[in-house]
Amino acid sequence: MPTEIENINPSVYTKSKERVVTKDETDENIPDPFDEREVFDLIRNINDPEHPLTLEELHVVQQDLIKVNDKGNTVFINFTPTIPHCSMATLIGLSIRVKLLRSLPPRFKVTVEITPGTHASENAVNKQLADKERVAAALENKHLAEVINQCIALKNVDAA
Amino acid sequence: MGKMQCEQTLQGHKGRIWCVSWHPKGNAFASCGEDKTIRIWSMSGNNWTTKTILSDGHKRTIRDVAWSKCGQYLASASFDATTAIWSKTSGEFECNATLEGHENEVKSCSWSNSGSLLATCSRDKSVWIWEVTGDDEFECAAVLNAHSQDVKRVVWHPTKEVLASCSYDNTIKMFAENALDNDWECTATLAGHSSTVWAIDFDAPGDRLVSVSDDCSMKVWRGYAPGNQEGIATPDNETAWKCICTVSGEHSRTIYDVAWCKLSGLIATACGDDAIRVFKEDEETSTKNEPVFLLATSQDKAHMQDVNKVTWNPVQQHQLLSCSDDGTIKIWKYSE
Repeated sequence: MPTEIENINPSVYTKSKERVVTKDETDENIPDPFDEREVFDLIRNINDPEHPLTLEELHVVQQDLIKVNDKGNTVFINFTPTIPHCSMATLIGLSIRVKLLRSLPPRFKVTVEITPGTHASENAVNKQLADKERVAAALENKHLAEVINQCIALKNVDAA
Repeated sequence: MGKMQCEQTLQGHKGRIWCVSWHPKGNAFASCGEDKTIRIWSMSGNNWTTKTILSDGHKRTIRDVAWSKCGQYLASASFDATTAIWSKTSGEFECNATLEGHENEVKSCSWSNSGSLLATCSRDKSVWIWEVTGDDEFECAAVLNAHSQDVKRVVWHPTKEVLASCSYDNTIKMFAENALDNDWECTATLAGHSSTVWAIDFDAPGDRLVSVSDDCSMKVWRGYAPGNQEGIATPDNETAWKCICTVSGEHSRTIYDVAWCKLSGLIATACGDDAIRVFKEDEETSTKNEPVFLLATSQDKAHMQDVNKVTWNPVQQHQLLSCSDDGTIKIWKYSE
């Protein structure tokens, strides 16, 4: 974990309301494809590595920046670092990748990229996040895996 | 149009399978993956089955396996930063040597045609050349730091002691030993891809090289030796490599591997869109300096997930082996 906090006073946004479950969705006989809201729900409560806040509260992830094609088996996510020189960008991207890797069926191809124009080394971070070999090697690093698990753990969810 | 038929689907590894490699006789192959084991497969009756599991050589993912041309040795490259050498001298496969030196993950290993040299490459950006100095004895002959990023693959020329490597830095490099001072040096840099070059392979005579990339394209390069008829400049009296063909628009995601069949001349690709594609040189429209490669077949959903490796049987023409993130190995028969 970082010893010095880079962005001391990030803007904090309100959380979105809980998803309204429709009658059709509770019916086991009706096919229920993955949609943007469902994927958003999977990643909105990931913790920021620096702040006791979720990625949703920091507007790092937003539902509007998620594209899901259930039939085409693709999920595309843009995330927005809180500052353009955020050194945590790769770690945040990795956390999103790992969370979706564990939650979604393996048929999905997940792409995680920085929202265009919001980070100084956008291309370098995107390339690293897209390289599955380097991601696999990174996840075999015990220390890094622990940090990611801490980010993914749902400790900040409000008691329902 | 060609056709692919799946002859057998094999399971055994837990999780992602990174590599499959034919024994030079074409009657056995090795596989490896994130479960840290190597499996040796061969035919019993009409089915391919696991004959041996090598499980004590590496502490992390095994990324690549390669047989020596004599078929006596198997090298394995691992994320644990080592390369292990296995041989069957005692009847059972045993790890007889562990090559250390890379700072982090070893991504690929390759034996030269003569069997006297082994190359390895790593995320530490370096390529190492090892000389086989005796039974199970290896000496580092060169540490090559020409790449500026993670080196993904090393492949030896099919006849000469020329090594090709490709990298996350988007380039391919050629290395050869300088006859004057016996030092290994970079003799050419092949630039053209706009993202990571994942794999390369030579054609049978070694005059051409095919490369595949994260930029979703496949490129064919030709080597022009000093004094070539085309008048291509050869700086420093070294063979110059030029891109003579780019195949784009056929792959929808990263291409992780390519195999140029030494028997048939067919090129197979392994793609992140789960498909295996086969390309054939068009005899009618191809010329020496401007070849045309046409898609002969696309096997969509060849696997349930990314295809990581494709390799042609070196003896039995048109037999192709593939492996995937879905944990399966498949054996294919290509027909015209």
